[in-house]
Amino acid sequence: MKRLVIIPAFNEAPMIRRTLKNLKEVTQKLMPCDILVVDDGSGDKTGTIARNAGVLVLRHKLNRGLGGALGTGLEFAKRQNYDVAVTFDADGQHHPNDIVKATEPIERGEADIVIGTRTKSSHGNMPVDRRLIIRGSNVITWLLFGVWTSDSQSGFRAFSKKAIQHVELKTDRMEVASEIFAEAKKHKLKVTEVPITVIYTDYSRSKGQGNLNAINIFYKLLLRLAR
Amino acid sequence: MNIFLPIQIFLLVFLLFAFSRVILRFRDGTIPLGMFLFWVAIWILASFSIIQPNFTSFIAQRMGIGRGADAVIYASLIIVFYLNFRLTVSLENLRHEITKLTREIALKEKIRHANLKRRKS
Repeated sequence: MKRLVIIPAFNEAPMIRRTLKNLKEVTQKLMPCDILVVDDGSGDKTGTIARNAGVLVLRHKLNRGLGGALGTGLEFAKRQNYDVAVTFDADGQHHPNDIVKATEPIERGEADIVIGTRTKSSHGNMPVDRRLIIRGSNVITWLLFGVWTSDSQSGFRAFSKKAIQHVELKTDRMEVASEIFAEAKKHKLKVTEVPITVIYTDYSRSKGQGNLNAINIFYKLLLRLAR
Repeated sequence: MNIFLPIQIFLLVFLLFAFSRVILRFRDGTIPLGMFLFWVAIWILASFSIIQPNFTSFIAQRMGIGRGADAVIYASLIIVFYLNFRLTVSLENLRHEITKLTREIALKEKIRHANLKRRKS
């Protein structure tokens, strides 16, 4: 089975080396995977560090946002005929061991998209404001796209071959997290959730979406319905 | 005898200018037929309201608004908001086109680098 871990990265030079090192150690031990960093027009050495780490690197000449970078990763997976693709954050907040947990339902043929939910296992670790934003986003995702999930904003997801072939992302920025559910519903893809561990650090919080950005995300999702 | 007020003449001249721009943009292919017809209808309606101001009062009374000028303002606001919405959607689509182009360049470069590497080894 051909597996790909997609890491969208924008100006992640301080963290990407460590993230890739941890990821390579775990995947070599537990599950062979190719690793792809989508350098989303970084102004720092993110791309060079990733290339030196010996992983695949695609570079956007312009910064297009999280949705744009994920779309590029999935398009690469589609063209290279991968069976499973996992999206993984570059800021070190995801635990590489969870990749096995996320891909299992796909490899057993039980799911097309697996969402690694932070709300099921790491509530104690999650800041209160972030918890509220996630709950609000879940309601918005349900209202706009009719899919209920316990963590619509998780960056940790696994896609089956069918999902890789069908999911077509139209949004370019953070709103992509909710859009994936719309695509799942449109193409009748089976979605399941697995609990994952999230490591919140000052760095990962500074890289994540700001609380006020939630309004902008809602606005972009409304526009997406009209496109 | 002057049958038009100065403001009517000024507005009609402006509408003629706007009308000519719509025809020119349609002829050079900048706007599609649907948009051309939309703007032609808007400008014809506006010209008619300027030449026959009672027309707007008639419409306003029928809709229960009262004054003709109020009806024109309400209708204009709705049209402007809708056009603004369409413009925002087009802008989003344009942004997405740029993303697709950026993606294609990134994927092509990857293939080019892989081919170069293969040739060297």
